[in-house]
Amino acid sequence: MDKIIIKMKKEVSDKIIEICDRFNNAPGELINVLHQTQDFLGYLPAEAQELIAERLHIPTAKVYGVVSFYSFFTMVPKGKYPVSVCMGTACYVRGAEKILDAFEKELGIMPGETDKDGLFSLTSLRCVGACGLAPVALVNGKVYGRLAPANVKNIVQEYRDMEK
Amino acid sequence: MDTIKLTIDNREIEVPKGTTILNAAKKLGISIPTLCHFEFKGMDVHNKPGGCRICVVEVAGRRNLAPACVTECMPDMVVRTNSMRVINARRTVLELMLSDHPNDCLQCAKSGKCELQALAIRFGIRTNPFVGPDHVQSSYQIEVSPSIIRDMNKCVMCRRCEMMCNEMQTVGALSAIERGFPAVVSTAFNQHLDHSPCTFCGQCVAVCPVGALTEVDNTAKVIRAIVDPTKKTVVQVAPAVRVALGEEFGMKPGSIVTGKLTAALKALGFDYVFDTDWSADLTIMEEGTELLGRLGKFLKGEPVKLPILTSCCPAWVNFFEHQFPELKDLPSTAKSPQQMFGAIAKSYFADKINCKREDMISVSVMPCLAKKYECGRDEFKVNGNPDVDFSITTRELAALIKQANIDFTQLPDEEFDSPLGESTGAAVIFGTTGGVIEAAVRTAYEVHTGKPLPKIDFEELRGLEGIRSATIDFDGLPINIGIAHGLKNARKLLEDIKAGKCNFHAIEIMACPGGCIDGGGQPLHHGNGDIIKARWEAIYQADKNMPIRKSHENPSIQAIYKEFLGEPCGHKSHELLHTHYFDKQTTVEVDLNK
Ligand code: SF4
Ligand code: SF4
Ligand code: SF4
Ligand code: FES
Ligand code: FES
Repeated sequence: MDKIIIKMKKEVSDKIIEICDRFNNAPGELINVLHQTQDFLGYLPAEAQELIAERLHIPTAKVYGVVSFYSFFTMVPKGKYPVSVCMGTACYVRGAEKILDAFEKELGIMPGETDKDGLFSLTSLRCVGACGLAPVALVNGKVYGRLAPANVKNIVQEYRDMEK
Repeated sequence: MDTIKLTIDNREIEVPKGTTILNAAKKLGISIPTLCHFEFKGMDVHNKPGGCRICVVEVAGRRNLAPACVTECMPDMVVRTNSMRVINARRTVLELMLSDHPNDCLQCAKSGKCELQALAIRFGIRTNPFVGPDHVQSSYQIEVSPSIIRDMNKCVMCRRCEMMCNEMQTVGALSAIERGFPAVVSTAFNQHLDHSPCTFCGQCVAVCPVGALTEVDNTAKVIRAIVDPTKKTVVQVAPAVRVALGEEFGMKPGSIVTGKLTAALKALGFDYVFDTDWSADLTIMEEGTELLGRLGKFLKGEPVKLPILTSCCPAWVNFFEHQFPELKDLPSTAKSPQQMFGAIAKSYFADKINCKREDMISVSVMPCLAKKYECGRDEFKVNGNPDVDFSITTRELAALIKQANIDFTQLPDEEFDSPLGESTGAAVIFGTTGGVIEAAVRTAYEVHTGKPLPKIDFEELRGLEGIRSATIDFDGLPINIGIAHGLKNARKLLEDIKAGKCNFHAIEIMACPGGCIDGGGQPLHHGNGDIIKARWEAIYQADKNMPIRKSHENPSIQAIYKEFLGEPCGHKSHELLHTHYFDKQTTVEVDLNK
């Protein structure tokens, strides 16, 4: 194998280095560093993980091990309109699974994925605290309650129209 | 010492404080089954994740079953290792593990040596209640790297490989990833091993209990080359193979089988059966000359790179190229004995027998997985044709011998062919930690002082401690020598060098704990340190058995310098026997174009 050089935008690498410094580049702070980096970038691309590994003096494999272990870390950039379907108990018993199915079909992606235009991403969540409205989904931060699978098409269309 | 009395299966025993139930039971002759647990005695290697739970036992007064491998003995404990409850729990653990495991044992490279298979046999598993019509299995692509095959669908998450790669070797190529069914041990971003800092030392393969990590199998290619009438096949055998191969045929660990090994290679049909020990002697001539050259400059006060580091272990070469590229001027430029042999076989020897380079297939038998990777490096090819075509392990050679109906233990002893078969005791000790530097000292001393060595055996350089050092008196000139084996120990010495805290003139480094006797391609030791000790003793015995024990006294080495190479480190040597190193560190840089 030849030397691998990973290129990164300066504003991104500066920010990641700053986050690592904030935690004294301590290997024990990996999870916090990853959290803040994901807050900043929206996801954790491989390049960011390489840089964090270098700063914290831990193998990249270990960083990736942590990122792939916890479901709240993602290596996929979020879509412009993130869709989250609540899978909490109240929503679940009121058919959240069917809602998620409907979004999967409508968007053509699985939970954890982003569509190829970068418009929508899909995730599932635990209780979002709106059990009275179950089943619930969040699209671009907006709450949609008392959903039925038939509503999904219209909701997605609403955002597609905004792009026209 | 504080001791503890307890009862295991109605028998009383007294053990030192801190002893696990597993080890206490062992003393009573009770062998509790284990899988993830791995203890390599004498090598300071432990894997105790306590994760698989196959070792559970019943402890009176406790509600839950306790894993014996991580639970320490307590005063007056009453332990049952074989109650109905325990046996049922173990069966369930095993059935769950098997539910996520492909059951293609018949075609598995580990079949017959797999620890999971052994457990299934031990527990008489015939059906599995957890394997239903829609049960989930992980599905990973099988990855083939130059040395290692990773089939992660077979991974049982014992994490032994992760421990070897991170704690013993401090390479950090492997980590546990994902959770649930997809949980396995893998590289960063699941990328190929060639794109990771992996050194191909093969220590992960050596400890994997199942068929998840195995070596790339070149036996079929070797057979094809042997039967091809248009090819001349030349084979070389590394020193450590001759003290371990016998184990594959039920012989006692530490049996020296050089003669039978030679006979087997001839019976297999190789045209020329030669010895890597021959090129080990050649390595000493080159490396020893380089050492004396650098020392000479140092004594004259000229600028010089010291300490000189040995370079015959390709996994170690990989390690510094990836992790310490700033030190890449320190190692000797001498190629490994495998590659020196290949270069000479396809030049000097090919000319001798009037064979074109392309018509010669050069095969090596190695204790090592890194050598498979090494012979594919571009520097070791001429117009795309490699100096060593195929490298096979000790284990693969055993498989070849078995396939060819050769009754190994009954073979008569035979001799290596000439001229690349003659060797000395200095060469055979290359097989263990400390051997290369001892061989170099035997020659460098005599060349430097012009006097015969007062004694040939340098006991002070021998041993199995991870880092050793000694000062050898070169007739008034004290030479400080360091030795490290296992890459975590190498790392310590390299950190010292970087910090300027190192006063060694020469350092020998081997990637594998114990050196090549415990290489990733050797018969599996299953953590039994006594096997390594026996191979280690056999290496020094093989040295004693040799009539000549200094490399520079090898007549065929003297002849090749006279006839062909000229002088050590001369022009021709540089062309054929020396190499250069690369910076392979992964770095993150700011992209100014974006
Ligand atoms: S071969 Fe060695 S370096 Fe490579 S993954 Fe295995 S233990 Fe790590
Ligand atoms: S690859 Fe082998 S050694 Fe590594 S965790 Fe899986 S089963 Fe264990
Ligand atoms: S110590 Fe020997 S067996 Fe191990 S990687 Fe190095 S050369 Fe190969
Ligand atoms: S369970 Fe969905 S909002 Fe509470
Ligand atoms: S052997 Fe004890 S938990 Fe795996």
